[in-house]
Amino acid sequence: MSGSSVQRTIDAIWRIESAKLIAGLARMVRDVGLAEDLAQDALVIALERWPVTGIPDNPGAWLMTTAKRRAIDQIRRSKLREQKYEELGRGSDLYTEDDIDMALDGEVEDDLLRLIFTTCHPVLSQEARVALTLRLLGGLTTDEIARAFLLAESTIAQRIVRAKRTLSASKVAFEVPAGEELKQRLSTVLEVIYLMFNEGYAATSGDSWMRPMLCQEALRLGRILAEIAPAEPEVHGLVSLMEIQSSRFRTRVNAAGEPILLMDQNRALWDHLLIRRGLAALERARKLGRPLGPYALQAAISACHAQARTASETDWARIAALYEALSRVMPSPIVELNRAVAIAMAFGPAFGLQLVDELVAEPSLKDYHLLPSVRGDLLVKLGRTGEAREEFERAASLTRNARERGLLLKRAAECAASESGDCDQQGIDA
Amino acid sequence: MRFMMIVKGTKDSEAGIMPSTELLEAMLRYNEELAKAGVLLAADGLHASSQGIRISYPEPGGKPKVTDGPFAEAKEIIAGYTLIEVKSREEAIEWALRMPDPHGFGEGEIELRQIIDAADLTQNPETLAMEAALREKMEGTRKP
Repeated sequence: MSGSSVQRTIDAIWRIESAKLIAGLARMVRDVGLAEDLAQDALVIALERWPVTGIPDNPGAWLMTTAKRRAIDQIRRSKLREQKYEELGRGSDLYTEDDIDMALDGEVEDDLLRLIFTTCHPVLSQEARVALTLRLLGGLTTDEIARAFLLAESTIAQRIVRAKRTLSASKVAFEVPAGEELKQRLSTVLEVIYLMFNEGYAATSGDSWMRPMLCQEALRLGRILAEIAPAEPEVHGLVSLMEIQSSRFRTRVNAAGEPILLMDQNRALWDHLLIRRGLAALERARKLGRPLGPYALQAAISACHAQARTASETDWARIAALYEALSRVMPSPIVELNRAVAIAMAFGPAFGLQLVDELVAEPSLKDYHLLPSVRGDLLVKLGRTGEAREEFERAASLTRNARERGLLLKRAAECAASESGDCDQQGIDA
Repeated sequence: MRFMMIVKGTKDSEAGIMPSTELLEAMLRYNEELAKAGVLLAADGLHASSQGIRISYPEPGGKPKVTDGPFAEAKEIIAGYTLIEVKSREEAIEWALRMPDPHGFGEGEIELRQIIDAADLTQNPETLAMEAALREKMEGTRKP
């Protein structure tokens, strides 16, 4: 193997092993930042040795043993030992080598679950949670994270350093919460993963409409979570939602990089493997027998679209009902807006417009580009192209995404061109 | 990027002998490991080729010929596949190396093939557009 090929192999091993390694070490040293340092040290040693000695048969175990030795050395040598003794003095968790062995032989999935709960801890800002999760669970480099978020590498590096310091300073316990707290904390975990996914799925700013790496990483983290916390319906709900949305990737932009709306997508190109996986995950959520939460309901809506062979076969009445249910568990003007669209599709644009008009006064939607965009769409369908053009122009002025703006301006121009009112009809909700 | 790990057939798989409990359990543990890493998309085993059917086209553009199994050359036969989604070719190799030896007896063989996906998730729309344009050009030049 050449040097660079060993390097790439080590990268791959790191990607597979790093989260487990950090999670196991964090349980031992009770500090996520220190655990990552130890894991990184082991990686550096591997990078020095493996090109000479060859890659060991069980690289994961090799890295763990090496990191474990470093941890013991460090705990012995530094004042940390005393500090840690003091911190843990109240509990029974003292460090002897036997304890460390036991700690490292424990259940890996529990460790991973603890790590996810820690990196998504509410003591951190939303941005810090995302960066830290990608770093510690996804095994991504700061450079990769920075590129995905279109930020400077130093910004992300700083964000991660600060997050680790915050966790350490606020003495966040490395544990999976129980009872009511579990529910609350789980929702922050799901939020972080979905935020990651959405950031990649429809970039809020910049020229590129999609930042696929984030989607892929979010989906992978969701799948991990579903395996290690299988009794939570919302976890399966979120995975289902992400699988089904991902199934539309290759149809969401045309060759020129412009977005293609849901109703105009070539359904034959949807990824049916991902749709099947999404439907199976939704089924798992339903089988748990509890009322569906926001993610599972959104997944059920996505499933309706996925199961319609053609756009015209979409069961809009069912989608409207699902939005109704969603507005009960997660009341929001945006859900109302989507419900209005579904109702317009099921029962006619006039009914939809009535609902949308009620939302115009909603302060939280004042600068939300999809409100005028939807309103414009319904007005076109009702033949009121003059009003529609104004709405599209307003929507264009509000969006931060260059490609979306282009599409909206095109629609406005179409309306202007056909003052008589035979402007193209297009749905939203891509 | 997606990879298919193809497990080649052996004398046993072709004879319809089901894998031992030990191997079956090792495979299940392996699949579980893949699932817990979030990389597993699908995995299935296939019946022996004696239950298979081949459709071939001996004449270009002619009628298809349907042949019933079994087919010769066990090593060219697929006994099962595992679909994974990973970040690099090296990661796919690393996972494949961890798969249990499919049949033992010195016959085990796993083949790794990358799945073609023009809109591979790692490509951005600009790259895709370029690729589409290039393909159009190539097709244009190829035509007489």
